[in-house]
Amino acid sequence: MKLQAKPSWFVAALVLGLVVAPLVLAEFSITLLNYIGLASLVVLGLVLLTGVSGLTSFGQAAFVGVGAYTTAVLTTSTELPSALAWLATSPWLTLIAGLLLTVVIAAALGLITLRLSGHYLPLGTIAWGISLYFLFGTSETLGGHTGRGGLPAISMFGRSLESGREIFYLIWAFVLVALLTTRNLLDSREGRAIRALKGGRVMAESMGVNTWASRMIVFVLAAMMACASGWLYAHMQRFVNPTPFSLHAGIEYLFMTVIGGASFVWGAVLGSSVITVSNQWLRDWLPQIVGQAGNYETIVFGILMIVILQRAPDGLWPAITRRLSTRETRRPSGSHHTLPRAQPAPRRELLLDVQAITKRFGGLVAVDQLSLSVRAGEIVALIGPNGAGKSTAFNLISGVLDASGGSVQFAGRSITGATSRDIARMGLSRTFQHVRLLPQMSVIDNVAIGAHRRAYPGLLAGVATGAWRLDRRSEAMLLAEAATQLERVGLASHANDDAGSLPLGQQRTLEIARALASDPKLVLLDEPAAGLRYMEKRALGELLRKLRDEGLGVLLVEHDMDFVMGLADRVVVMDFGQKIAEGTPAEVQRDARVIEAYLGGVDEKDAA
Amino acid sequence: MNLDIALLLAQDGITNGAIYALLALALVLAFSVTRVIFIPQGEFVAYGALTLVALQAGRLPGTVILLMIAGGLVACAELMTATRTRRWRSVPSMLAWNVGYPLALFAVLKLVPMQGWPMAAQVALALAIIVPLGPMVYRLAYQPLAEASVLMLLIVSVAVHVVMVGLGLLVFGAEGSRTPAFSDGTFTIGTLTASAQSLWVIGCSLMLIVAFSVLFDRTVYGKALRAIAINRLGARLMGIPAEFAGKLSFFLCALIGAVSGMLIAPITTIYYDTGFLIGLKGFVAAIIGGLASYPIAALGALLVGLIEAFSSFWASAYKEVIVFTLIIPVLLWRSLRTHHVEDDE
Repeated sequence: MKLQAKPSWFVAALVLGLVVAPLVLAEFSITLLNYIGLASLVVLGLVLLTGVSGLTSFGQAAFVGVGAYTTAVLTTSTELPSALAWLATSPWLTLIAGLLLTVVIAAALGLITLRLSGHYLPLGTIAWGISLYFLFGTSETLGGHTGRGGLPAISMFGRSLESGREIFYLIWAFVLVALLTTRNLLDSREGRAIRALKGGRVMAESMGVNTWASRMIVFVLAAMMACASGWLYAHMQRFVNPTPFSLHAGIEYLFMTVIGGASFVWGAVLGSSVITVSNQWLRDWLPQIVGQAGNYETIVFGILMIVILQRAPDGLWPAITRRLSTRETRRPSGSHHTLPRAQPAPRRELLLDVQAITKRFGGLVAVDQLSLSVRAGEIVALIGPNGAGKSTAFNLISGVLDASGGSVQFAGRSITGATSRDIARMGLSRTFQHVRLLPQMSVIDNVAIGAHRRAYPGLLAGVATGAWRLDRRSEAMLLAEAATQLERVGLASHANDDAGSLPLGQQRTLEIARALASDPKLVLLDEPAAGLRYMEKRALGELLRKLRDEGLGVLLVEHDMDFVMGLADRVVVMDFGQKIAEGTPAEVQRDARVIEAYLGGVDEKDAA
Repeated sequence: MNLDIALLLAQDGITNGAIYALLALALVLAFSVTRVIFIPQGEFVAYGALTLVALQAGRLPGTVILLMIAGGLVACAELMTATRTRRWRSVPSMLAWNVGYPLALFAVLKLVPMQGWPMAAQVALALAIIVPLGPMVYRLAYQPLAEASVLMLLIVSVAVHVVMVGLGLLVFGAEGSRTPAFSDGTFTIGTLTASAQSLWVIGCSLMLIVAFSVLFDRTVYGKALRAIAINRLGARLMGIPAEFAGKLSFFLCALIGAVSGMLIAPITTIYYDTGFLIGLKGFVAAIIGGLASYPIAALGALLVGLIEAFSSFWASAYKEVIVFTLIIPVLLWRSLRTHHVEDDE
């Protein structure tokens, strides 16, 4: 049986527990809870990176160090240059200074690693973590290995937070704000783009999302959370030395993330609690068992981590919440406002003009001097036997692959060599032969990614409004648009299902809805009818005709000849990468070369 | 700085660079065959060196205990698989390798005093203890996750690294050690004086690199590994078992690691956790080669060694920082050449 538990109840219970805790718990437990809170803040950033975005960082402890050392140096140094002296007046100002420094460092690291495959960021952060640790240890200004003491306590509302009991509330307020901000952000326009980073980058780029920028946002946010944790830590301890900011500490944060549940924001608190508490316990007991001093707890954590990754890669959080149904259902609210639509292209206007594009993979010429065109209000079908190069041609046109030669014009502008993102933003949308959707996200959210660039407020504005729930009106419009497109393709009743739960044919239909949600001038549909039943194919045919009548251009690859011949205005036939025929369905069906390509002709040399 | 110092530093740099080149070679191999970013490579360096130290001091190396435990765990895992799939044919040989072999090795070490043996025999014995750990680590930590993403495998690697460092502390203790040089003496070439050990390092590295290129080009096993690196699924469809390829590449990684450790043990003091930094410098070299190209990685390794040697002269406190910042321009250059987004494996 599943208990219905609203997340808001859970938060309320947690807040209540936290308010009461300092009144009833002993000093030791409060200290432990403070450490859990500080770790949760860092780990939350790692959840955002690792579980949600498919990246990771071993350098988070170094960012904690940036926060701690910035405030330590600014608040205790006696010989600050006058330009910085005003910062020393309040720890709150040094927090801002630390955050700014963190943003600069994280942006620089992101700039050099985030365009590359996902494993370059973690490797880069290992180097960064080690380098900063050496810097902390060797620099005289930073106090070397002995560290720096005498930090003032933080004061709030005229009250100085000197004891662990007092700073407790501040630490956990930071944690709660970070948790709720993260949750809000993930449930917004930019949040959908962020959730697409793990395994859906090609798709997201084809919907106009700048995935590099989304990665950057996530990495910078994670670094800022770590920096805030370091600031709190420094003012709780009133002392800093390099040890807690080593690479080893960075690895421990990653352990907390994975053990708690890397894809769950609440897993951050769980993982931090489990590791912090058992760390305390193991550090006391293990050296006694082993009979010599040393960090033996790492052996236990390392093994635990390997076992968890092998047996329960989602971590402990889902194991706990399995009995609770916490999923909220989306209400596609009837928004009164609708998204503005672009001016449709005038009928018969030339939309797509492909001239002699070629693609070579090593010695193989997959597409050879292919030319074709699509006008507004026209359905063009690209057909050919398997391996003829149709899908490669789609990838060349939509910018997923670079052409080796030839040129492509879209709506009067050259898009040769442009990125798929830029092409998408000009009004060319597409579906994929092998469906690319986010299986664990709901159907409606998947479709809403298509509308990512509509009424777009800009990346930073989108993140800020999303994080603080100021985007509800535009979010309602996006979801209403997504609901409209789902209605159109006949998937309205599945809006709240996981996209991965749909049968393959309907997943393809979902991709059409997603493409339409971008308000395109031209859609490229790769085998839209594959896997559909007879009635569904008929409905799809109706839809495509309607789109054509609205002035949309449609270019489709399809193997179902009845479907193509009854629908297309013009047909282009490819074989071995080359165009072998072009014309109306009737003309193409009579073409000798087409018949030979499909049925196989008699090879004259063999016959002789 | 005069020419003599420069030559001395260059000699240092080339010697270390040769070791980094070996490690980079192993890292590229592991990554291209199994997609594992093998962070624990450095631990094999420390394990190899410290096992040799223990043998020379007449102590029982703790690594042989680790070998017995790891072998036992592998045997358990394999027996579970055998029970599930009801395939018992390979069980006897599996037990012989994972249980019999470590026990036999343990018995030999217990009964025969190794102290006075020739160096070559001690080296061979140390290799016999350490190298089988490679495939065992693969079987226990990575094989169950063979289909996981590169990121997941990287996290596992870090966990394995942490476990191996902890176990290293447990079996070797916190003190550092050195071994005597393979052969004493120096050679003088013009004004340059080269120590025999540097020549050993450079010679052995070159020999191993040549041996590897022969292995890859000429033998069926090497070709199988290359096939898997190029196209995993295709290779599997051609009957190359992925598990075997994984174990073979980890065997080679462990071999390279342990040999590197024994080569540098006479030059630098090795602690239980020294391997990590050494391994990471191999990584910097491997990244310069894009985790894909062996020759560029080897050149990168030489560059890392030289930069390290010269920066230890000018700014010794910051030499690690300087070496690691070396990857920045490399990554930047790669970034600028990246035009298309691809989904991570």
